[in-house]
Amino acid sequence: MTTAALSTSIHVSIGQVAASLALVALAAAVSYWWKADLERDIGIATVRSLVQLTLVGYAIKLIFEADTIWLVLLLLAVMVVFGAITARHRATKVPGAFRPLLIALALAGASTLGLVVALGIFEPTPRYLVPVGGMVIGNAMTAAAVALNRLGDEMADSRARIEATLALGATAREAAMPTVRRSLRSGMITLVDSTKTTGLIFFPGTMVGMLLAGANPTDAVRLQLILLYTLLGSVSIAALVATGLAYRNFFTPAQQLRDLEAEPAETPA
Amino acid sequence: MRPAGRPPRCRFIFRWDHPPVLFELREVGFSRGGRRVLESVSAGLPAGATAIVGPSGSGKSTLLRLLNRLADPDSGEIAYRERPLGEYEPLALRREVALVPQLPALLEGTVESNLRYAAGLAGREPDVSRALRLAGLGAEFAERDVGRLSVGEQQRAMLARALAQEPRVLLLDEPTSALDHAARDAIEAALVELRRELEISFVLVSHDPEQARRLAEWVVRIESGRIAGCGPLAEAFA
Repeated sequence: MTTAALSTSIHVSIGQVAASLALVALAAAVSYWWKADLERDIGIATVRSLVQLTLVGYAIKLIFEADTIWLVLLLLAVMVVFGAITARHRATKVPGAFRPLLIALALAGASTLGLVVALGIFEPTPRYLVPVGGMVIGNAMTAAAVALNRLGDEMADSRARIEATLALGATAREAAMPTVRRSLRSGMITLVDSTKTTGLIFFPGTMVGMLLAGANPTDAVRLQLILLYTLLGSVSIAALVATGLAYRNFFTPAQQLRDLEAEPAETPA
Repeated sequence: MRPAGRPPRCRFIFRWDHPPVLFELREVGFSRGGRRVLESVSAGLPAGATAIVGPSGSGKSTLLRLLNRLADPDSGEIAYRERPLGEYEPLALRREVALVPQLPALLEGTVESNLRYAAGLAGREPDVSRALRLAGLGAEFAERDVGRLSVGEQQRAMLARALAQEPRVLLLDEPTSALDHAARDAIEAALVELRRELEISFVLVSHDPEQARRLAEWVVRIESGRIAGCGPLAEAFA
């Protein structure tokens, strides 16, 4: 894909952004009238999105202007670390979840970005790697967090069955496999389902953005397809690696199921 | 370690005309969440049928789990056939010393698929109908989905699954606690038949002294994590 194909751009004024806050007011009003008690959260979300996206916008602008791969890799590494920290908070029932998450996100990001560059789909420049990397790591984070959240619940619910299987002389891997399989499925199913309904029930963000920016619909669709398939790959790698590593933390080296209720709880970073 | 053929060690009863020691526990201690579950447990469990009896929460099930290394003691030592348990490879030990837990926990699928899975772990081709018969189930149960069995049938399927591995020792954790009288009698009859037909030892955990009387030859009484008595059936309840 060439730079020219994606070079269409539109100018959005501060006034237009401010006008869109009317919809935020509508959301707050709905919450107020229906006593959903979300006004404060809506306010925080609005301010945080404004500050975070503005800062990221400036950071990306700097990285684009510097045009060096090292800055891109640094940004992606920071995303991986913060992604792993965020996902760990959603996987509190999994002991030592940070390390599997960190490895899962790093592998998902590196392998999918490496592949799309190696196949010549995107050029190895900040303009492609930063936004695509952000999407890949963000989706991988969500998938890994959902998978490990499910893994924690399933390991607790299936404790009797897992220990009964261990008691027959099964390895930890054999005893945990049905649980790991269900957790992996949980991590991947959302994206698989949304990919199935793409174009029918919803238009994905990249395509909408490109159409709004005046791009040719054919180009918008093709780019969206590339991104969807890239995300499918990254999500599957992240969920697979995260669950494949994290389940081991429930067992001792002697293939015993750890008694987590009797151990001091971990405090997420 | 005591030589083979000598009687099991017990704090209160020590005789020379008992069967050989299968498990020997020496000063075994175990804690969970800061609470001492077992304290200085020293006892010998002979080959044959042994019952560990005591009130709920006395540490019986914990003791059973230590015998096939589903957990390890914090202190003390357990020997199986005169070798410390720590010297056994845990997976191989569990295939020889099979534990049937208190509540049925079968894998999804049919009874036969569960039996085949367990036998496969032990590297054996299962004799499904024989294992079912020994557990008191008819051959027609092989194709039944485990989700459609009663709790009593599931418990017997768990027993059949363990037997499919052809273990030398069965550890039975309250095998009838969740069952009505009819199902309990069926399981007990299956265990008696099992002892008659196979060269197999079992260690049975029960809160019911009457069950120990019906099934065991040797009894270990445990209270508040400590041995309260141990010996042949006739003497343990004397």
